[in-house]
Amino acid sequence: MSLDKPYLDVPGTTIFDAEQSRKGYWLNQFCMSLMKSENRERFKANERAYLNEWQMTEAQKDAVIERDLNKCISLGGNIYFLAKIGATDGKSFQQMAGSMTGMTEEEYRDMMVRGGRSAEGNRYLGEDGDAQPQHQPQGKSHLGASKTP
Amino acid sequence: MARITSSVYTSHVPAIGAAIDLGKTQEPYWQPVFKGYEYSKKWLEQEKPDVIFLVYNDHATAFSLEVIPTFAIGTAERFKPADEGWGPRPVPVVQGHADLAAHISHSVIQDDFDLTIVNKMDVDHGLTVPLSLMCGQPKEWPCPVIPFAVNVVQYPVPSGNRCFELGRAIGRAIKSYPEDLNVQIWGTGGMSHQLQGPRAGLINKEFDNTFLDKLIADPKGLASVPHIDYVREAGSEGIELVMWLIARGAMNDVEGGKPPEVKHRFYHVPASNTAVGHLILENK
Repeated sequence: MSLDKPYLDVPGTTIFDAEQSRKGYWLNQFCMSLMKSENRERFKANERAYLNEWQMTEAQKDAVIERDLNKCISLGGNIYFLAKIGATDGKSFQQMAGSMTGMTEEEYRDMMVRGGRSAEGNRYLGEDGDAQPQHQPQGKSHLGASKTP
Repeated sequence: MARITSSVYTSHVPAIGAAIDLGKTQEPYWQPVFKGYEYSKKWLEQEKPDVIFLVYNDHATAFSLEVIPTFAIGTAERFKPADEGWGPRPVPVVQGHADLAAHISHSVIQDDFDLTIVNKMDVDHGLTVPLSLMCGQPKEWPCPVIPFAVNVVQYPVPSGNRCFELGRAIGRAIKSYPEDLNVQIWGTGGMSHQLQGPRAGLINKEFDNTFLDKLIADPKGLASVPHIDYVREAGSEGIELVMWLIARGAMNDVEGGKPPEVKHRFYHVPASNTAVGHLILENK
């Protein structure tokens, strides 16, 4: 019998389930290591060398170096673990969450102050809300103004 | 005998903790959030609970992917505030209540809920932010706290029904403790929020307020809401709300007593990425 995964048709959303967790085990454990300041220093001094100490795939290492959180999540990362990279970089949770939408920091903050993103059109793939694949990237961050390094 | 006097429900957004720690509570962005807890602080001072049983989730702090307990009860004498990557929050060490915690774990496991027993654990913002919201910045927390961590990070997380029934078992366990104690049970996390992907920033006021209505009046019906409804309607991290059902399951009306009195209700958007909800229910 196949497993029940009713969440695969939610747009712009990856549920961190047992399968994703298995894929992302070393990526997330690498993130966990950044809870220690000496590891943060070693990572910052030479990111690639530090990542090479972990049994991560090359795609996972590249996604970390590019700070592409959407890619990290598709490769098994979980946001609470990936937040340790943000903490190492001095980024807030809001900056991290916003970076996955394509909005600039200001655009994302303004959306939240206006009451957040509506669920309308964003419940099922195939609808027409702003989180749907056909509407990515949102906002202006791809124009380069405040793109994260 | 010990008794459960009240249940408290609140979001536990990390940015709220940072706003308190950095003295930003009077800034225009944060003022409305903290105003919603002014009543609650006074209420807690008057209530003087002997123990708080605090349901929360760990956010990849004490539990990495090495060990993922679905339900973990803290039975230690004390729990240190964790360093979550920004340094530990400047808040008091949490004193546990090892005797009551041991009693609850014994009773609840015999009641068919297989808890993980944790004798050493640091506690993250999931536990300390609710204490800060309800107590402000005291030198010591007002009473011992029993941390109860629920896995809501890796799917599948426990169902609403499972959480509600567990709450009932915890209620029975507390009421069978021989010492005369005033115990509160707190459920934390939520409300609607999503922290990941192009759908990050999702908020659903209608879902949240319906959730509050049903938590008060029809918790058993609310417990049957499936995970996927939380994900679709309240965002991938909105699933944290199942933890509120643990606290609600421990209230007297669930076992045929009188309905609880709603002492306080508050809702505000946003705190960082999240809708803040807060409720105080008193047993009558």
